[in-house]
Amino acid sequence: MVELRVERVFKRFGGLLAVNNVSLAVEAGRITALIGPNGAGKTTLFSIISGFLPPSEGRVFHRGADITGMPPHLVARRGIVRTFQIVQPFAGLTVHENIAIGAHLSRRSRADALDAAAEVASTVGLGDLLGRPAASLTVAGRKRLEVARALAAEPELLLLDEVLAGLNPAEVATMVPIIRGIADSGVTILMIEHVMQAVMRLAEHVFVLAEGRIIAEGAPRVVVDDPRVVEAYLGHGAAARLSAAGGAHV
Amino acid sequence: MLSPVILVPAILNGLLTGAVYGLIALGLTLIYGVLHIINFAHGALLTAATFAAFFAHRFLGLDPYLAAIVLTPLFFALGYCLQRFVIGPAAHGEDRNILLVTLGLAVVIENLLLYAFGADTRTLNLDYAFNVVDLGIAFLALPRVIGFGVVLVVALVLWLILSLTDTGKAIRAVAKEKLDVGHIYAVTFGLGTACLAIAACLLIPTYYVNPHIGNAFVLIAFTIVVLGGMGSVTGALVGGLFIGVVESLCGLYLGESLGQIGIFVMFILVLLFRPSGLLGERA
Amino acid sequence: MRGPSIAHIVLVIAVLATVPLLTPSNVVLNFLTVALLIALVGQGWNVLGGYGGQYSFGHAAFFGTGAYVTAILQMRYGVNAWIAFALGIAAGALVGAAIGALTFRSGLKGSYFALVTLAFAEVLRILASVAPITGAGVGILITLDLRPQAFQFQSRAPFYWIVLALLAVSLIIVRLIERSRFGAWLVAVRENEDAAKAVGVDTARVKLAAMTISAAITAAGGGFYVQYFLFIDSGIAYGPWISIEALLAPIVGGIGTVFGPLIGALVVKTLGELTKLIAGDAPGLDLVIYGGVLILIVAFAPHGIAGLLTDLRARFARLRSSVLGRAHG
Repeated sequence: MVELRVERVFKRFGGLLAVNNVSLAVEAGRITALIGPNGAGKTTLFSIISGFLPPSEGRVFHRGADITGMPPHLVARRGIVRTFQIVQPFAGLTVHENIAIGAHLSRRSRADALDAAAEVASTVGLGDLLGRPAASLTVAGRKRLEVARALAAEPELLLLDEVLAGLNPAEVATMVPIIRGIADSGVTILMIEHVMQAVMRLAEHVFVLAEGRIIAEGAPRVVVDDPRVVEAYLGHGAAARLSAAGGAHV
Repeated sequence: MLSPVILVPAILNGLLTGAVYGLIALGLTLIYGVLHIINFAHGALLTAATFAAFFAHRFLGLDPYLAAIVLTPLFFALGYCLQRFVIGPAAHGEDRNILLVTLGLAVVIENLLLYAFGADTRTLNLDYAFNVVDLGIAFLALPRVIGFGVVLVVALVLWLILSLTDTGKAIRAVAKEKLDVGHIYAVTFGLGTACLAIAACLLIPTYYVNPHIGNAFVLIAFTIVVLGGMGSVTGALVGGLFIGVVESLCGLYLGESLGQIGIFVMFILVLLFRPSGLLGERA
Repeated sequence: MRGPSIAHIVLVIAVLATVPLLTPSNVVLNFLTVALLIALVGQGWNVLGGYGGQYSFGHAAFFGTGAYVTAILQMRYGVNAWIAFALGIAAGALVGAAIGALTFRSGLKGSYFALVTLAFAEVLRILASVAPITGAGVGILITLDLRPQAFQFQSRAPFYWIVLALLAVSLIIVRLIERSRFGAWLVAVRENEDAAKAVGVDTARVKLAAMTISAAITAAGGGFYVQYFLFIDSGIAYGPWISIEALLAPIVGGIGTVFGPLIGALVVKTLGELTKLIAGDAPGLDLVIYGGVLILIVAFAPHGIAGLLTDLRARFARLRSSVLGRAHG
């Protein structure tokens, strides 16, 4: 089943075309990755999907329903929850309270929300830090909090925006199974990522965005070897140079 | 009511008043453009400058136009110190705190003046205050015409400073990049306050002095800045002239108090319905 | 969430309620009544500003509306004082909802929001100073009618108990908000609006609701004011003095806490009285002190007195545990 379909979306900011005729489909229950060089328009696409920005043209469909231009809180209530590339904690609140706000999406009572939040916290490894102020967490902790809060909102489609950026290899190694675990519980994941090893290990399908356009899609191994993708990351002529030098993975 | 004999002087006088409004708004927009703060103390500082000009005349016999030469650097220093040593440190960089601190300053300054000098309204009696410039179709008060000229000169000087000096370039760089540079912020605040000193000296021949005069002008200044674009120097000047004319015409048809309401209502409407392209950030 | 329990609130109210029984002094009662009134108005501001993070500089708009509606309905339309008071609260809430709907739909925040609320209060002040229905420059006098039915009393004590009751209600409302989903959403809006939206919070609706509740509580203060002092004019109703005291009390006492406005109001009013004692009754001096206090609190104790107390308690707890730790080796 197609969980999310983006159809011929364009986004203009004044003279800049940030998203250029992007169409993609995300299958339910899978982990799909959105990769591409910096400034390619990936986060802009997330903002459009989640309702924070309207597209200049094009439509977004969730399980067949047109959600184009729907306000972000309604998109969230439909089950599409995003994280932010630059983490946005509720800085003055504790870890527990942060996650509880996510849990309140489907729970009215404070007690229920706090209980659910505590559970989510332990699945992402924040169980010991519940009482800490969110502002006191490390980068890795804040990324985890970002994921936990989104998770507590019980999404059907989770939009992860570079949750591994800024983490050291050990921290990445801890996060990857957490993301795998979320997917295994039935949540569809669309993730923007730069950390290639994670993309290779997690994603079942990859879209490559460069200069606002989708330039390739497919299984991770295939996409990563695609010369167009190599060029997009490493510059014009790089693919030829690399294959001359005996081939390499990006 | 629409006869040119009434309309033209109203418009011309509106332009003259508007020029001074523009100068006040200039200071405000400069501070906003660089520090990204809405200076709630602007009105109180104007009041203080007006009192300073008044007493400069009363005790030193200084003509307001001469007083401006003394008061401008003085108020520049005051603004510099306020930003460097009070607002900057107290706010710890948080927007909400800056709001409160500038509000606190406004309350302190205004009420200090009230406490020290009482609520009475004073006026300066200058010999030339009633001289007029005869344009045939209108008689314009000489001080106001001078004021108009001075504002244009000040705007030019400010433009030169911003474009040509190192400090000016640094100010523009900080405005674009949002760097946290205490000295530059303080200089900018000082410049904004200096504008108020000049404006006060221009106003005092034809206006009155009391502790609430700043409030009367500051919301007009805010309206102008919001209308003309936060951070836009030309916007402040052009907006000032525009608002001056609007106020003059409103006052003509609606009377003084309701004329003031016209400004406020326009202010609210602009804030509520302005297209996001007219202004920068909303927060 | 941390914060006092309903039991704590009841205790504090009960203790305060005994004051008229302990002292016959009208001076004390009058001082405390005004202080509690400011606490009430400040609690109103606290809902929107402390919990919601939207700093209004024009809460006079709601205070004055509550006051004027109460006065006008009584004096011009012969409505019973208590009903007029209730309608005054409703009117204040309506004004709050209206201003909120306009400003939040336009996405105004931060300084712009503060500015626009300031402007609304000023517009109302000017209108009230010229409109015949508000008595224009002269204001409105409530006719002396010292009967409970007319919301007037022979002695000061009943007034004191009424404002205390109003304050108690506001404390309980805030406590309930603190423990509810609405409260969690409100605080989320304060901390980070985008993040709140991303997890399904309808931020515009939440802010509007907070504004309406805030306005209603503040309007109650206005309505009480006019019954207590029997006079209102545009400067009192919609003047900057009340907008400033409305925000000063919660900020000094502890923004975003249940008891903050009460603590802050007592401190601020005491400061005001001390100023008058030391320097005489000159106009403006008390506000100078208030402005200075505002700056000092923001600079050195942004979480107000409540924040300082919490810090002290935390430091004491750490000290105790380290001492005990050492003692047990």
